Amino acid sequence: MGKRSVIPFGPQHPVLPEPIHIDLVVEDEKVVEAIPSIGFVHRGLESLAEKKDFNQMVYVAERTCGICSFQHGMGYCESVEHIFGVEVPRRARFLRTIWAELSRMHSHLLWLGLLADGFGYENLFYQCWRIREKILDLHELTAGGRLIFSVNKVGGVTKDIEKEKLEEILRTLDEADDELRVIRSVFFEDRTVLSRLKGVGVLSKEQINELGAVGPFARASGVRVDMRMLGYAAYNELSFIPIVSNDGDCYARCFIRMMELFQSIKLIREAIGKIPEEKEIEVPVKGNPDGEYFMRVEQPRGEAFYYVKASGKPLLDRMRIRTPTFANIPALCEMLKSSEIADVGLLVLTIDPCISCTER
Amino acid sequence: MALMKYAPQALKNLFMKPATKKYPLEKPVYPDGSRGHVTISIDECISCGMCARACPNGALKVDRNAGTWTIDRFDCIACGYCVLKCPKKCLFMEKGYQTPGPEKKEETFTKSPEVLAAEEEKRKEAARKAAEAKAAMAAKAAGESKPAEEKKD
Ligand code: SF4
Ligand code: SF4
Repeated sequence: MGKRSVIPFGPQHPVLPEPIHIDLVVEDEKVVEAIPSIGFVHRGLESLAEKKDFNQMVYVAERTCGICSFQHGMGYCESVEHIFGVEVPRRARFLRTIWAELSRMHSHLLWLGLLADGFGYENLFYQCWRIREKILDLHELTAGGRLIFSVNKVGGVTKDIEKEKLEEILRTLDEADDELRVIRSVFFEDRTVLSRLKGVGVLSKEQINELGAVGPFARASGVRVDMRMLGYAAYNELSFIPIVSNDGDCYARCFIRMMELFQSIKLIREAIGKIPEEKEIEVPVKGNPDGEYFMRVEQPRGEAFYYVKASGKPLLDRMRIRTPTFANIPALCEMLKSSEIADVGLLVLTIDPCISCTER
Repeated sequence: MALMKYAPQALKNLFMKPATKKYPLEKPVYPDGSRGHVTISIDECISCGMCARACPNGALKVDRNAGTWTIDRFDCIACGYCVLKCPKKCLFMEKGYQTPGPEKKEETFTKSPEVLAAEEEKRKEAARKAAEAKAAMAAKAAGESKPAEEKKD
């Protein structure tokens, strides 16, 4: 048995775009324990609920995360809408679904690129980000912003996607589909990629259940959790089956996200096919919310909670957000135990960490 | 195997145009409806202050007397909520992002002199009418209170 020592990992580290600190207790080259600490970028978003009225909070909630911003705005709006008891027009629900899936695509492509960069495959990294650029252009075309959509409002959405733009989305998705098939073969078959991913950081279904991990991270270990099955927005009208793998290693996590990209393309095509023609995209909401609601949405990184409590005043009593990365950190630390020190960067990447959202 | 599938793409990449643009030599093209910055058609503004109250960031200031509308572009997050809220629909979201700068400064739009003069005229008119109404009310009140006093006697 070697001598134990502690190596600090982060908050500044090449694989981490955001600050998280993990103390790695190592014995020779093996990690035996990982102790995380967060709190480097705390922003106090939740306490802003005491200063901004519930309509303004839409824009605050949206800025919880720069990557899955749309789903944050949607989760917040849906919870306030439930408190009001209003029914959002069907077209608005479809629009929300389309935007949500587009932002899932951009997030997964970003992650695949970062993963490729993490194991040193620069070329693949640029390949992924080139496709992502097309999706970002679609965001700007339809919502006006590349990352922050600002199209949600309590009671619906503020912008419609016209027919030509829907066709443009379909055209771009066809292109992206072809290009994705090429990089899929590299991620799934390339020998160097497989040697870095196969059998690394295995977590069993029991461990995941015990530690409460969510999202693609949990689905890679065979846990069938996906909040889209709850059927919020228009998911109840689409044929959606979560993608699950049983391997529980880094390769499975990569597999899940890659397959979800194709699934998102399928869902968007289906949603565009079924979108109703009606003009209505919002319903007027009068008065102030009174009550509380608990909403769960599936973000690219997993399940996010929104808790909103209001008592008939424009200012909310409480807003609480729990983001997926926060739920995934315990399982990450379990996974780091008994891993090689050289794999730590990659393992941290495979949960798709979004530290700024975690700190809210 | 994967190499064989990737080779055509790699060859294509060799002869492809770069995916990036040479900014700022090459100007970016924004789609219509891109949320770049807020502009105002100031002469239609009625200085109601709805936009300033709605702005989640407090980036706007409206001065009714001076007829100005002020925006701190560095505080503005281009959310477009003010545009939604304006009752006169005189705010617009234009494409093109705000230019960077070394210091935070505000941009003020002032109404044209004709509009300001017209508004001043209206205000005076309203003040005169209000004064007249007040005087009439006072006279009426005085007239009403007299009989009451008489009764007391
Ligand atoms: S809401 Fe419109 S009309 Fe009112 S002050 Fe602002 S810009 Fe002027
Ligand atoms: S766009 Fe948003 S942040 Fe900017 S001035 Fe309008 S309301 Fe304020």
